[in-house]
Amino acid sequence: MFMLEKAIGGGRRYWIWIFSLLAVIGWGFSFYLRQFSYGLGITGLSRNITWGVYIGQFTFLVGVAASAVMVVLPYYLHNHKEFSRMAILGEFLAISSVTMCMLFIFVDMGQPTRVLNVMLYPTLHSMMFWDMVSLGGYLALNAVIALVTLNAERKGVAPPGWIKPIIVLSIPWAISIHTVTAFLYSGLPGRPFWLTAILAPRFLASAFASGPALLILLCMLLRKLTGYDVGSKAIKGLAVIVTYAMIANVFFLLMEMFTSFYSQIPSLVEHFQNMYTGMDGGSSPLLSWGRSSLVLMAVALFLLLIPRVRGNSRTLAVACAITFLSLWIDKGVCLVVCGFMPSPLGIMTSYVPTLAELSIAAAVWAIGALMITGFYKIALAVREDAFVIPTADTITPSPVAK
Amino acid sequence: MRDRGVIYTGLLVFLGIITFPMWHDWAAGTTSRGPDPVLPAQEKQCVAPLSTMRTSHMQLLMDWRDGVVRRNVHTYTAFNGRNFNMSLTGTCLTGCHTNKADFCDRCHNYAGVAVYCWDCHVDPKLARRSAK
Amino acid sequence: MKISRKDFLRLSGLSLLAVVGKKAIGALAGKGAQSAAALPAVRVTTRWAMVIDPAKCLKEEGCTKCISACHKAHNVPTINDPRHEVKWIWKEPFENAFASQESAYTEAALQGKPVMVFCNHCDNPPCVRVCPTQATWKREDGIVMMDWHRCIGCRYCMAACPYGSRSFNWFDPRPYISELNPDYPTRTKGVVEKCTFCEERLAKGQAPLCVEACPEKALVFGNLADPKSEVRRLLDARFSIRRKPELGTHPEVFYLV
Repeated sequence: MFMLEKAIGGGRRYWIWIFSLLAVIGWGFSFYLRQFSYGLGITGLSRNITWGVYIGQFTFLVGVAASAVMVVLPYYLHNHKEFSRMAILGEFLAISSVTMCMLFIFVDMGQPTRVLNVMLYPTLHSMMFWDMVSLGGYLALNAVIALVTLNAERKGVAPPGWIKPIIVLSIPWAISIHTVTAFLYSGLPGRPFWLTAILAPRFLASAFASGPALLILLCMLLRKLTGYDVGSKAIKGLAVIVTYAMIANVFFLLMEMFTSFYSQIPSLVEHFQNMYTGMDGGSSPLLSWGRSSLVLMAVALFLLLIPRVRGNSRTLAVACAITFLSLWIDKGVCLVVCGFMPSPLGIMTSYVPTLAELSIAAAVWAIGALMITGFYKIALAVREDAFVIPTADTITPSPVAK
Repeated sequence: MRDRGVIYTGLLVFLGIITFPMWHDWAAGTTSRGPDPVLPAQEKQCVAPLSTMRTSHMQLLMDWRDGVVRRNVHTYTAFNGRNFNMSLTGTCLTGCHTNKADFCDRCHNYAGVAVYCWDCHVDPKLARRSAK
Repeated sequence: MKISRKDFLRLSGLSLLAVVGKKAIGALAGKGAQSAAALPAVRVTTRWAMVIDPAKCLKEEGCTKCISACHKAHNVPTINDPRHEVKWIWKEPFENAFASQESAYTEAALQGKPVMVFCNHCDNPPCVRVCPTQATWKREDGIVMMDWHRCIGCRYCMAACPYGSRSFNWFDPRPYISELNPDYPTRTKGVVEKCTFCEERLAKGQAPLCVEACPEKALVFGNLADPKSEVRRLLDARFSIRRKPELGTHPEVFYLV
């Protein structure tokens, strides 16, 4: 059913990987059961810092999900043939990321059994309602696209024509999921750190750097493990996208810093001091995170800007890993927590995630990794089958029947 | 049909598992016993006819809940014209069913329903005991 | 007609989607109809508000009568860990409550002195705007109400509140309530709570408990929509400030200077 059978079956290494993921999931799930019965008090969250690891991962992963558009758009809209072997990988990455996002929201709920109230009492003025709509829609769109295109490929025919408008729709939809996620934050009057119009553009820029960086790493890994090669041209193309997005992201960040540090409005500058320069006379719990993110961003950008580094797959892998890590710290760790430091009453509370919280988060990541593994296995199996009858046009699947 | 033995054993095990609650209750001698809720002594008539309360008391309580919390309506006019303050603890448990354990809990336990009302709403008896 | 298992699953998935879609559309349409019916604007006759006289409040040092009256009646747990504490009304140093008003030369009478703070029952409440389930909403009389049955515990309202007025139940609060008041529910783990202006007492025509408990009458409660009310008289006669008025939330709790 749905080609799932293709995910079952693999070498010893494959099964070790699958079972280690399952072990992480089981470990995290046991902590979730405790959180379910005891409450969110088992996390490091507090009255002043009400969102932490879970919502941070959610925000970061929405970006990874949205970034699939950086492969889909050139391939389907501009007929950028180099991306043909990568498009399906991007779509599956998006599906897995959106699922992780939803799980992160779910584990963050105080009353998870009531979560369907969001649909039972649709509230148009709440950004969270729209986030649910856009994430759900994006998941459905990508699931349909991936399923239909892969199915067509398996049968060795061109995908049906009706899928084209759906693919086109998925492009603005990808932008919308991250924009709405930014709106979750940037519309709150009492949180000056997030109250900035550049939050949505910055979210998109950092997403289009971190997502494709991850995809490049995944493609390299696939080539090493399975011999499936997306082609060096595709990787190079994607590396250019990562570079431009990273430039935009760093530029936006510098603009934010200028506005806050030059205006010296206390409510604005406090948060940035907390992350980058340290507060005078106060504790700055995020200082080491913020600074390491800045340094890593600078290193990543420096590496990406050198064409020779980008051209060599080993150095490119390093640059991509640093890019991913720096943006993960920036968005997955600092962005959410820093908005709560200091609190509206000026109190600086520190936040240390607990083992339970980190285990649950690791389990959600493991679920995502498991999904990616399974999906990529299916995609590769379908392509390998197609190789059995090597006709010229099945090797490079054509985008969509016109 | 060399698998016959395996199939029938499997079927037997399956039947045993799904009928386990029956055997369990039979062994414990609880099957023939009803919930036997203790009816209140001080009132003869509930806020709605018995048959309605039996089937829909949860609906009525939810209507009360939404009325009080969301619409700021606090009085309920019963089918017989009597007026009641819509309050689970203040009216039901104070004026009538003063023994929640022998009324509400007995039926709920019998039917195996875990109601979350009591996560928040306080049994007045329990509160009195804790105050002592 | 023969249906393959795959087609059957596809069909059932689609029908499920259709049902959900119809429900959602129905709910949205129902909402639309409701708001249309409410169009003929009702003149606001009640707008509850509170006026606080910090000077009077400071007369008796260390007084916590309003806090204990409120917290006892509403089954607010006493949790000593500030990370997990739940509070409806509490004392906040002046420079924290009025961060933008503070200066090195703030009147000595106020510097470092506690001010009573609680939910401002904003006229334009951000918490209501963000709540995805309408578990918190603004009543016609201006009270920002909460439905603890509906709250899903997403804590978006806590991120939205510019005053830190909301508390979350990080675990079951009952073990932390020394004396249960059976006339008022406790809360369950995983929901947000805050001051409700004692709406359960207003329904019976009584003033909020904190107002009643204050020996100095430092808290005055009343109807802003009534020009002859005491709150209006006080606001007419004296200069008052509100917390973070620049955010456009229009707090309905006034502090007399």
